[in-house]
Amino acid sequence: MSQAEATKVGQLAPELDLPDTTGTIHTLPLPGEAPATVVVWTCNHCPYALGWHDRIVQVARDYEGRGVRFLAVNSNDAERYPNDSLDAMRERIKAESWPFPYLHDESQDAARAWAAQVTPHIYVLDADLRVRYEGAADADHMEPAQNAGWLRGALDAVLAGEEPPRTATEPVGCSIKWKQ
Amino acid sequence: MADRMPRVELLWWEGCPSTDDALAMLREEMAAAGLDAESLRVREVSTDADAEREEFVGSPTIRVDGRDVQPVQGEPIGLSCRVYLLADGRISPLPDRGEVRQTLRDAMRGGD
Repeated sequence: MSQAEATKVGQLAPELDLPDTTGTIHTLPLPGEAPATVVVWTCNHCPYALGWHDRIVQVARDYEGRGVRFLAVNSNDAERYPNDSLDAMRERIKAESWPFPYLHDESQDAARAWAAQVTPHIYVLDADLRVRYEGAADADHMEPAQNAGWLRGALDAVLAGEEPPRTATEPVGCSIKWKQ
Repeated sequence: MADRMPRVELLWWEGCPSTDDALAMLREEMAAAGLDAESLRVREVSTDADAEREEFVGSPTIRVDGRDVQPVQGEPIGLSCRVYLLADGRISPLPDRGEVRQTLRDAMRGGD
């Protein structure tokens, strides 16, 4: 597995330029265009990603009115993991109601550039697209009452122009499925 | 005391962080059932060829006398993290503890 050095808190986020499940290209907002942006590496088949999904979706809904952008990215090798194919992503979007686009990183270049490690792996960016939090949504994928507290805390801080209470936590989940 | 000693196996893949928790749960349930937890066979599945040979649908996979604690229902064979559905409906990287317990008991009684 070849990866760039991990995207670190305080650095400007790497670029993101990926199609969603309809083929529409999405990028990060321009600097100053959104007060905060959340980029989540996720996938269809990982129990950790699935366990946290509803909580992350709820955060997106709760912060939508404050202008926070959310982007979900699936970089897994669809050849070896057909549950993560573009068709499977489309099926999931069709069956569920997502408040953010589900982007397909077929080349895996985005995952390499960001050094995403697992699903889910969350990055919170400020208005200048600087990484202000990186890691997990909260402390326990099995406990809905955790309510994505780490992610919410980071967003609240960024929106208030303050330092997040935690800037990095260990992302817990399934490894990104790299092409061989 | 156990009526018989079933063969208990845990198959794991390094790409999932759930192995230690699965091992701990399985050893607890084996001990609670009166089985020697040291008899647990722990095997790593590290290649696609291993996965094919073992019919491995994800980590962790727990088998008792060859019977999966949560019967496989069309999951593709491969090196991945297994998605379990708990009795309360939650998705989990670990099987339901009750299912593990019941599978062990069934095997100790000679299968069902």
